[in-house]
Amino acid sequence: MADPAYRAAPPDALRIEALGELTAIFDRRSMQTHLVVAPMPEILAAMGEGPSSAATLARRLAAAFDLDAQGDAAEIVAERLRELAAMGLVAEA
Amino acid sequence: MRHSTRIAVGPVQFRIGSDWREPITALERLYAGYPKDEDRPADATVRLFAARPWRRWLRPSVHIGGDFVVPDALPLPLSMGLLAAEMGMNLQVALGWRRHMLLHASAVARDWRAVILSGESGSGKSTLAALLGEGDWRLMGDEFTLIEPASGDALAFPRAVSLKNEAIAEMTARVDAARLGPLLAGTPKGNIRHLVPRADAIAAMHEPARPALILFPRFGGEAAIEPMGAGEAFVRLTEASTNYTALGEAGFAALTRLVREAPAFGIAYPDSATGMALVEQLWAEAAR
Repeated sequence: MADPAYRAAPPDALRIEALGELTAIFDRRSMQTHLVVAPMPEILAAMGEGPSSAATLARRLAAAFDLDAQGDAAEIVAERLRELAAMGLVAEA
Repeated sequence: MRHSTRIAVGPVQFRIGSDWREPITALERLYAGYPKDEDRPADATVRLFAARPWRRWLRPSVHIGGDFVVPDALPLPLSMGLLAAEMGMNLQVALGWRRHMLLHASAVARDWRAVILSGESGSGKSTLAALLGEGDWRLMGDEFTLIEPASGDALAFPRAVSLKNEAIAEMTARVDAARLGPLLAGTPKGNIRHLVPRADAIAAMHEPARPALILFPRFGGEAAIEPMGAGEAFVRLTEASTNYTALGEAGFAALTRLVREAPAFGIAYPDSATGMALVEQLWAEAAR
């Protein structure tokens, strides 16, 4: 299955505020507020400046959070990336 | 407009015009104790006008107009002019105010710290705030609470309290009749009677208070206290704000700060006495 790469929003485009279990994200470009739960904020934080694929992000998250990067982690991250892209918070590179 | 008056409620200066004398007289009586500042320009204009000129004589009915036109606002009979004025004032603030984040919530304060009560119509937030305002609390408002984006402070909007149905008997037994407006029977919202807040609450209407507690009251059922996470409080308050979206990032910043600084709880209560006791209990715990 294809593993498209995604690019993070430009620096300063998003204002991210953790509110307990929820994280509120204000997108300065669309003026929209998004409310997300884990692992969305972690995925956004793990994206660097360049394009990243789900497999790359799964490896980074596994290293940071002591997860098993094998198994279906990459597939779960790929699904979450598609949702973040639908919200406009990341873009396909 | 043939008749008009000026009313200042908290930071909002209203100009209210009417084709008839009666609603203006009723408003001037209700707001007689409010500070006047005739030199300040009006922030919002409310107009109560006849649908057609001849209707003023034939079958008087009051339409609500103003800076924002609400096409489906109900024409109300002339006897409801006071209610029409109140609805017009609410609409102008809800739709037009941009200087503060507006929460559809009542609020009371003690020692310059505020308890914000947010809920749908019928949640009892208005009655609870009015009852607390007759005790050791300053009533900040029964309908709207304003949050100053820069400081995070709550500002009062102590309009005349709109008592509905059962709340009318509960309050009339406790207050001086001079503080009550006429009974408006059979309005689209049931029976309504206005209560003028205590003189000390009106005198203090420009004093900000620090939000200390956010409560989501629910009238009915057994007494209960449910702690609420900051995230859920944020979501509920975006729904309770009439201008959150319009304020953009300033609204986002004000609301995230509010839910982080003030703990939030849902409370259920079977009667007003229990509701007031729950507020006092949570206040005592928050103050610790």
